[in-house]
Amino acid sequence: MTLLAPLKKSGMATKLATSALALAIFAGSASAETIRWARVADALTLDPHSQNEGPTLAVLHHMYESLVRRGTDGSLEPRLATEWNIHPDDPTIWVIKLREGVTFHDGSALTAEDVVFSFDRVRHESSGFRALHTAVTGATAVDDYTVHVQMEGPSPLYVQNLTNFFIMDSGWAEANDVVAPQNFAAGEENHAVRNANGTGPYTLVSRDPEVRTVMAYNENHWAEAPQVTEIIYTPIAEAATRVAALLSGEVDVVQDVPVQDIQRLEQTDGVHVVTGPENRNIFFAYDVSSEKLASSNVDDNPFAHADIREALALALDRDAIQQVVMRGQSQPSAAPLPPFVNGWTEELNAYSKPDYVRAAELVKAIYPEGFSFDMHCPNDRYLNDEAICQAYVGMLGRIGIEANLVSQTRSLHFPLIEKWETDFYLLGWGVPTFDSAYVFNFLLHSREEGFGSYNGSRYANDEVDAKIESLATMTDLDARNAVIAEIWEQVMEDRPILNIHNQLLAYAMRDGINLAVHPENQPQMTTLTFDN
Amino acid sequence: MLAFIIRRIVQSALVMLVVALVAFALFRYVGDPISSMVGQETSLADREALRTTLGLNDPFIVQFGRFIGNAIQGDFGISYRLQQPVMELILQRLPATLELALVSGLAAFIFGVSAGVYTALNRRGFLSTGIMAVSLIGVSLPTFLIGILLIWLFAVELQWLPSFGRGDTVALPGGWTTGFLTSSGRQSLILPAITLGLFQMTLIMRLVRAEMLEVLRTDYIKFARARGLSNRTVHFGHALKNTLVPVITITGLQLGAIIAFAIITETVFQWPGVGALFINSVRAVDVPVMAAYLVLIALIFVIINLIVDLLYYVVDPRLRVERGAARH
Repeated sequence: MTLLAPLKKSGMATKLATSALALAIFAGSASAETIRWARVADALTLDPHSQNEGPTLAVLHHMYESLVRRGTDGSLEPRLATEWNIHPDDPTIWVIKLREGVTFHDGSALTAEDVVFSFDRVRHESSGFRALHTAVTGATAVDDYTVHVQMEGPSPLYVQNLTNFFIMDSGWAEANDVVAPQNFAAGEENHAVRNANGTGPYTLVSRDPEVRTVMAYNENHWAEAPQVTEIIYTPIAEAATRVAALLSGEVDVVQDVPVQDIQRLEQTDGVHVVTGPENRNIFFAYDVSSEKLASSNVDDNPFAHADIREALALALDRDAIQQVVMRGQSQPSAAPLPPFVNGWTEELNAYSKPDYVRAAELVKAIYPEGFSFDMHCPNDRYLNDEAICQAYVGMLGRIGIEANLVSQTRSLHFPLIEKWETDFYLLGWGVPTFDSAYVFNFLLHSREEGFGSYNGSRYANDEVDAKIESLATMTDLDARNAVIAEIWEQVMEDRPILNIHNQLLAYAMRDGINLAVHPENQPQMTTLTFDN
Repeated sequence: MLAFIIRRIVQSALVMLVVALVAFALFRYVGDPISSMVGQETSLADREALRTTLGLNDPFIVQFGRFIGNAIQGDFGISYRLQQPVMELILQRLPATLELALVSGLAAFIFGVSAGVYTALNRRGFLSTGIMAVSLIGVSLPTFLIGILLIWLFAVELQWLPSFGRGDTVALPGGWTTGFLTSSGRQSLILPAITLGLFQMTLIMRLVRAEMLEVLRTDYIKFARARGLSNRTVHFGHALKNTLVPVITITGLQLGAIIAFAIITETVFQWPGVGALFINSVRAVDVPVMAAYLVLIALIFVIINLIVDLLYYVVDPRLRVERGAARH
């Protein structure tokens, strides 16, 4: 009866009960404690330090554990570390106290040596997470449960970079010859790609890449036992099939629900949808500093004029995009900053209503004939990305600006920003460190070694640059927040970025299941509960 | 015969080389693999370093030469996306695609030929008109839509069949996995096989029908009837046999097409075959997998064409005679 109990509530039970064939599908896979979880893509690898990529991290968080982790409310929670603080005598050292009595899946105990080893591995040349740990010069084990992390200089917020840093067993890594993450040039597969030995709440039972990954509850886990004892993770790439699999009862929880299906699913018996803000802003950015645009019909750079940038902002009807394009699944805002990130304020968030008359006047004053340019847009990266661009092309048309939409796949779109080959583009940006400095470093600092890799606006303000650099080592958090506010004020005035909204995430699940939306889109099955 | 086969094999190698060359020339337009390989924090210098390590900055002819050099030794490299050896990835997924293609190809051939013969013999029958009408759907609706409709009807509404995946599989010796031996495997096969084979079935059916109508009008059929042979012998012994040469050509080519274009069906049904692997690889610009897949598909087409050519000899005695005569 464990099989039918959850289905009865769904209102599908009558249909199902009549069909012995349908029951055969569920046989052996469904029980009250098993959760069948579907998402658009599979984890690319099980190596914990190789791919810094959404689905990979979400799956890995169940088998491996980080020192600290991000809760569903965005706050920092202890995990393998019980305490973390800056060394009282030396601001360049982070002291991390480890949880005692933790074991890896193969039975060996977690000690400071494993953490030191993991710090070395994550900073290895072939690691996908190296960039998050460039400020680290080395880690040392002080005793079995204390690690000192030596930084280049004071790094008061470095601990925020540790939420996706998984701890690996040094003994297991040596025994299986995986002391470094996958090296593509070496031409052979790394044992850690398909095997996992973490400290996490679930152990790997079986893995068939891009078909099915099964995990079972780890009886020796240190935390309180979760309700879910088995996870069957299935990637389903096609959105319609993913939704159908939920409706037919073949999966229990579905991530990446297409926005056009949310309303329909909410009205369907036996299924409900949970939404919450994602840590990802969607915005337009444009070249503000070149002499001349590559794709424009005018001889100078229109985006270099403050009035034109104001007109661009006045022409953007964020409410219309939210209602029509996103069907309510977004939070419009003026600053490119999700609400739970340090530095966010109501004032930064407040956006003005569109004013097409004034915008058209501003454009006409400088370009009586108007002007044109190419708008680059990805079509497979963000929620309704292409439709957002289409909507804005129409809005710009009303103020005498002709935007030619070039929408293409992500692997063609992103290199344009990297190589400065686009005049105007759409980009989404998540803030994994939950601090404004992350936005400044990558999007607003002028491009030089270690900064501005996604500054496609070519925004360069020496004063702002200096302030951004000072943030990295400021230990007085109040003073630091004041500088963050100053930078935002300047940036909002200069408008190198035109923010549209913060995306919402939607998880659809069978009735009787409760799962909160995680701001980093890493749902934790340990937090999932069943109604009884 | 042997000379013919050897000549064809040499031609085949050439074809595959050209396919690989064209594929490589196209890869530069697919995008940059680096952006999907590294996190957003990665510095431009590190990106450039990785690009150099992978040899992506070399001129395409150098990259191509390296690919061919390694491929001849059986080394297709490591997938950028899944970090596993490419050949292993493809061989793991090939059984799923081949089983699906085989089932839908066979079903298309059997149902196509029988329905074609039936509609040719009973031209004005009620059932014939019905079959012809339904076949229009198979020809005109896109595969994607057929798949979604079948899922909606049989998985969501009726809940008779699974909507995605391959069900449970059984591993056989030699690395082959089969879904034929489990009930969930067989159930999972039904909807994708129909989706994939529907177009081929209607094509074969319409072809057989047209050919049959043609042949039934010829003189030797009239003579056969005049000799008092039974309808059965006339229809199947004389008429059907003579329609088979074009049908075999088309079926053979279509089998290649089924394997190559299973991409859409596999995507809709999350079928873990090489087609879905290819699509995911294109999205991530996984060059090693794309290159190996395209060469493999070329190989499959070449082999099927070879088999079809050999079948002509079996079915059509005139070919044997002509070639024999030409040699003198």
